[in-house]
Amino acid sequence: MSPAINRLWAALWDTLMMVGVSSALALALGLPMAVILVVSGRGDLFPSPLLNRGLGWVVNLFRSIPFLILMVALIPFTRWIVGTTYGVWAAVVPLTLAATPFFARIAEVSLREVDKGLTEAAQAMGFHRWHIIWHVLLPEARPGIVSGFTITLVTMINASAMAGAIGAGGLGDLAYRYGYQRFDMQVMVTVIVVLVVLVTLLQWCGDRLSRRLNHR
Amino acid sequence: MVSMSIPEASVWPDAAANPTSGASHVIIEALSKRYAGQPVDALRNINLGIRRGDIFGIIGRSGAGKSTLIRCLNRLEEPTGGRIVIDGTDISALTARQLVEWRRSTGMIFQHFNLLSAKTVRQNIELPLKVAGVPAAARARKVDELLALVGLEAWQHAWPAQLSGGQKQRVGIARALVHDPELLLCDEATSALDPETTRAILALLKKINQQRHITIVLITHEMDVVHDLCHNVAVIDQGEIIERGPVWQVYSDPQQETTRQLLNPNHHALPASVATRLTAYRQHHQSRLLVRLRYTGQGSKPDIGALGARITGEITLIYSAIEWVDNKPTGQLLLLLDDHYEAQSVTTQLANIADKLEVLGYVTGD
Repeated sequence: MSPAINRLWAALWDTLMMVGVSSALALALGLPMAVILVVSGRGDLFPSPLLNRGLGWVVNLFRSIPFLILMVALIPFTRWIVGTTYGVWAAVVPLTLAATPFFARIAEVSLREVDKGLTEAAQAMGFHRWHIIWHVLLPEARPGIVSGFTITLVTMINASAMAGAIGAGGLGDLAYRYGYQRFDMQVMVTVIVVLVVLVTLLQWCGDRLSRRLNHR
Repeated sequence: MVSMSIPEASVWPDAAANPTSGASHVIIEALSKRYAGQPVDALRNINLGIRRGDIFGIIGRSGAGKSTLIRCLNRLEEPTGGRIVIDGTDISALTARQLVEWRRSTGMIFQHFNLLSAKTVRQNIELPLKVAGVPAAARARKVDELLALVGLEAWQHAWPAQLSGGQKQRVGIARALVHDPELLLCDEATSALDPETTRAILALLKKINQQRHITIVLITHEMDVVHDLCHNVAVIDQGEIIERGPVWQVYSDPQQETTRQLLNPNHHALPASVATRLTAYRQHHQSRLLVRLRYTGQGSKPDIGALGARITGEITLIYSAIEWVDNKPTGQLLLLLDDHYEAQSVTTQLANIADKLEVLGYVTGD
């Protein structure tokens, strides 16, 4: 294989690693956050105004910082966590911190859309509160959560390209160095095509899964 | 502060009239509820007794407080005053954890069914057992039994979205019965259903009441539901119980205007053409007396033959509405009598022909 093709494969792999790992972490961290945001509200299952407001504030804080600035601002933190500020693993830290509150807010909306009547019915049938979260809220919101996660993945592909600009590698880095700095149109176009295919594929899979899970 | 000692009579007004009914199951004493930030009480000094095995209807217009009342019975709403004792348990004294356990002895069905869309019919029915820690084999047996009871064996693997409204409510009923409750609360259970489906669901509820001896408390704004299903009824208006008693009694002889309107908006309406010609005194020698015979289930039968034997001449039927509730005739006949009858004498001439006789006046001309 030609070096160009090798470079492309390596870049694609880097992007998939960055996006995959940060999104998986966002799912693992953001979903509990979304649940807490929903059930800690006033008059809800676990009312806790302090936690609700505090968490909401943190989420808003991270959501309001543009990713490029967040990435730079987090450099000391990133170095402390992964020991370097360069490469795929260094990019995973800011990507995760951007993706988690983003996904938490989307999942929160899906969880809020679950009919209050279902919670009430579950209470009337003698469900404990955590039963309601596990057996009612999460399964009922699942199609929306899957759609939200798809959106998060696509957004993270975008963000990872920006991370590429500060040395994270990946498709963004490839397009930036070869396409922008060396005016190599062929690399630029190839990267764009690969990104379009990647996003289209992800969106298609996400939509399909969401539809499969939706029995409403 | 409302006094906690309530005279027995306020809870059991029909104790004398209803000596055969079972032991008390639900006792509501001086119940009140005010929502935070609201200037008036949603419920005011509610006193009700519901006996074991009864089908007890609570009827009222929307906003009357009936929904708040039934939701207080399993503490989906927290009362702000008074006491609810169910099966000897003062439910307002239960801790949050005890309440969860206690609720398993009570079933509830809802106007909009509230089935989980992400679970199949079978899973919906099974879930309350699962969260209660019932082993899989026992769960399967119970679910099979209930699927048979509500007639949905063929639909057990369908999703709720694939079912009709009536089928969804059947799932709701099966789900409400998984813990073999002794009390079933029905929150407008048929209000989202068409008349035919409503009848089928009511028949199912009646069967459950009879076969499983489950006390049913239901709220509705539809008088037909109370009429077809309930034994006893309470009428609620602006947060207060304004009337209550056996259905045949309330139905046939409503004491309150609100009750009359709920029962039948046209219950007392004369045809307009008659009403405009109605006067208190005889205007003409051909004026005819208009009488209303009321049947209130107290023993009189609408016996047309007896009527014809007692009075002579032309008897014109203006309006008739007789319903048989609990095998007792209830309703009324509006009759125009022959022109030789007089208001003063007709009450003796027609004595005991009906439970109540009202002379409305004279109608002149055609």
